Amino acid sequence: MSFLRHGLVTGPVLGALWMVILATTVAVAMSFATGEPFRPVIWLSLLWGAVLGLMAILRPAGPAGAWIGAAAILAGTLAGIGPMGIEAPVVPTAIAGAILGAAFARSMLAILGDCPPGALTRHEFEAAVIRFLTGFGYIFFTAIVLIPFYVMVMTSLKNQSELLQNPLDFSIDLSQGLGLFRSYVELIRDFNFGSYLWTSFYVSVLTVFITLAFSIPGAYAVARLRFRGQALMARSILLIYMVPMIVLALPIYIAFSMTGLRNTIFGIVMIYPVTTIPVALYMLQGYFRGLPHEVEEAGLMDGLSRLAVIWKITLPLSLPALASVSLYVFMIAWNEFLLAFMLLDDPSKFTLTRGIASLNSSEIPRQHLMAGAVIATVPIMALFLGLERFMTKGLTAGSVKG
Amino acid sequence: MPAPAHPTPPTGTTRLARREARLAYGLLAPTLISVALVVILPLLAIFWISVKPIGLADLRPTAPVVREQVRGEGDELRVEYRLRNSSQEDAILNVVLTDTLPDGVEVAGDLPADCEIDGAALTCRIDEMEGGYNERLIVPIRAADADAAEDAAEATEPVASGEADNILLNATFTFENFARIFDGDEFWGVFGVTLFYTVFGTVGALVVGLFAALLLNKSFRGQGVLRGLYLFPYVAPVIAVAFSWLILFDPFSGSANALLVQMGVTEQTINFFGDRPLALIMVTVFEIWRYFPLSFLFILARMQSIDSDMYEAADMDGASPFQQFWYLSLPQLLGILSVLFLLRFIWTFNKFDDIFLLTGGNAGTRTLTVNVYEQAFAVSNIGAGAAVAVVIFCCLLVFSFLFFRFISREEGL
Repeated sequence: MSFLRHGLVTGPVLGALWMVILATTVAVAMSFATGEPFRPVIWLSLLWGAVLGLMAILRPAGPAGAWIGAAAILAGTLAGIGPMGIEAPVVPTAIAGAILGAAFARSMLAILGDCPPGALTRHEFEAAVIRFLTGFGYIFFTAIVLIPFYVMVMTSLKNQSELLQNPLDFSIDLSQGLGLFRSYVELIRDFNFGSYLWTSFYVSVLTVFITLAFSIPGAYAVARLRFRGQALMARSILLIYMVPMIVLALPIYIAFSMTGLRNTIFGIVMIYPVTTIPVALYMLQGYFRGLPHEVEEAGLMDGLSRLAVIWKITLPLSLPALASVSLYVFMIAWNEFLLAFMLLDDPSKFTLTRGIASLNSSEIPRQHLMAGAVIATVPIMALFLGLERFMTKGLTAGSVKG
Repeated sequence: MPAPAHPTPPTGTTRLARREARLAYGLLAPTLISVALVVILPLLAIFWISVKPIGLADLRPTAPVVREQVRGEGDELRVEYRLRNSSQEDAILNVVLTDTLPDGVEVAGDLPADCEIDGAALTCRIDEMEGGYNERLIVPIRAADADAAEDAAEATEPVASGEADNILLNATFTFENFARIFDGDEFWGVFGVTLFYTVFGTVGALVVGLFAALLLNKSFRGQGVLRGLYLFPYVAPVIAVAFSWLILFDPFSGSANALLVQMGVTEQTINFFGDRPLALIMVTVFEIWRYFPLSFLFILARMQSIDSDMYEAADMDGASPFQQFWYLSLPQLLGILSVLFLLRFIWTFNKFDDIFLLTGGNAGTRTLTVNVYEQAFAVSNIGAGAAVAVVIFCCLLVFSFLFFRFISREEGL
């Protein structure tokens, strides 16, 4: 391995690998954006990357070297001997070449840092490799997260025949104006999605309130009060949290069928909180434990009852925790699929997730399915991005649950 | 002189302590009751059902069904009650049919043998209706206005009641459900698939999450945005992302296939979610994709609480970045990693929605949880579904036992 630790070897090797990664990334991104056939040519990429990597180590042209390298990639791409093979019109080709050139020139210098053209210390070598891996990581993670969501949104804006013709062409025809959103209009007009949205919303909000009403007293008792079985209680909360829903869903289905609660929103509102109470209890008791005893004791000394202490001291102090628990519970209820799927058959009472499940048939074009998915995703994402700090705290506070 | 009385600390529970405990139980009571109703009761029920020969159709209890119709005209005018047994097999005992004849309608002629009339109230008793019973009871009537009589007679609903054996409650037990699910290679196939999915899904999500955390464990502009972005797969509704994956990897018109063909990786399109063993790998990859954000979040939180002095000291001593990761970071992260592994292992084992939405358990992806649904609803054998659920529950007991042995040491979570 030690022969790798030489600037004249490290540079070309990292350069070649980096060029393959960037060429693939740019080709995929350009294909998705324009629908034109872009593809990386592996051996040309390796060659280009190795040569430019060597240049980045030697730096014969001084600070202008980056510009020269970028221009060379652009020229090579236009001439058809670049790292990407393209059979596209000249404008997208030039754009792809320019992006690849600029990205490579900038990032290659950053990756190699101040590596000298001679032998490298272990530290310099590993730092360069780590910078290379970091760059790869950013590209990789961003791509795997974004691509499914990109496909979801773009599919919902196109129509089935366009998609069958060229599955890669996600370019949208902006001249249609609002016609772009016809799948959404049809979903709300013909498929009753407005009412599903409302049902999902109020079921989730009710679930949040019921969950809090049950879990705040319970969590306080477990966290603060001394009683026999306290430790057992704290553990059984976690244990309940581990019972799979599908095991419970079967008897619940039977019980609901026999009592006529199936197909009622009341039944759903009754059952959702039970799935979220253990989570909320666990998160809240962790938070309550972390609050200082002294404040509550001062309240007790001043003659407040326990319940008044909870109401006037503990709850105002734990507003941030309540916010994150509420958000988390809202997310669970909003995304819940299994119970809604099993317990609701009547299309007038569907929640959003159940409504989307009913769109999954060969007769309904897929842009409707994807438009439904977008309708379900956008509110929870908006909420999440708006309150990200609470959400992140809520997620780390006690939930490793999927 | 008597020895001075030493003040002794109170033994047993004091009144104050008792009051505190009472309050605690009071505060916990609503939660305990609701959890008992929706968790403990169903768990007991699932054990009960798993030893009962019960199908989906048996959920509708066996009962007499009656329909009323006025037919004929003039002297032939009559009320017909069509009475049938909803079950083809089970008998119903002591069936009683009651109906009220409307005003202006009189009985004209003989009642059926089992019936009697008291004023306008008609009562018929049948001692036993065997399975598949389907008969007509005819009551001849006389009325001034046949049409009005018909409307009036049909306006009052006849009521039929009877006593039938309820399969859910009777004392018939069978081990056939367990025999059926353990029968042959199928069970071990399902079990193997579950283990593969659980082990690789858990380890994969942890490793990918660790990489994502390493990536974001430094402050730079846009770090917050990226952190939010990397949580997307977990926050989005499972149904939305599962269908997006299905469309992305569609064998006929999926973008992924188009891309692979265009890049020259494959000639033929690949049926990602339809071929063995690829489908199983794909659902595992989906699981990793969807849950890496969670491990990422926890690992990142732990990383940010590691003291940075240690790394400076290591730098001074000439430790290379990889050595720092291996000898400093990893041992610090071992605790959170093992807790995450155990928790995620259990929850991946419990996972149902993802596979159900992606493949429906076809193409060699049927895990134990999907098998519960398959047996209970696709094969319509509730008993067998419950038996699978019992197996799952027993596996979980073992896992939770292991979990508590660990979590008592790793109280950090």
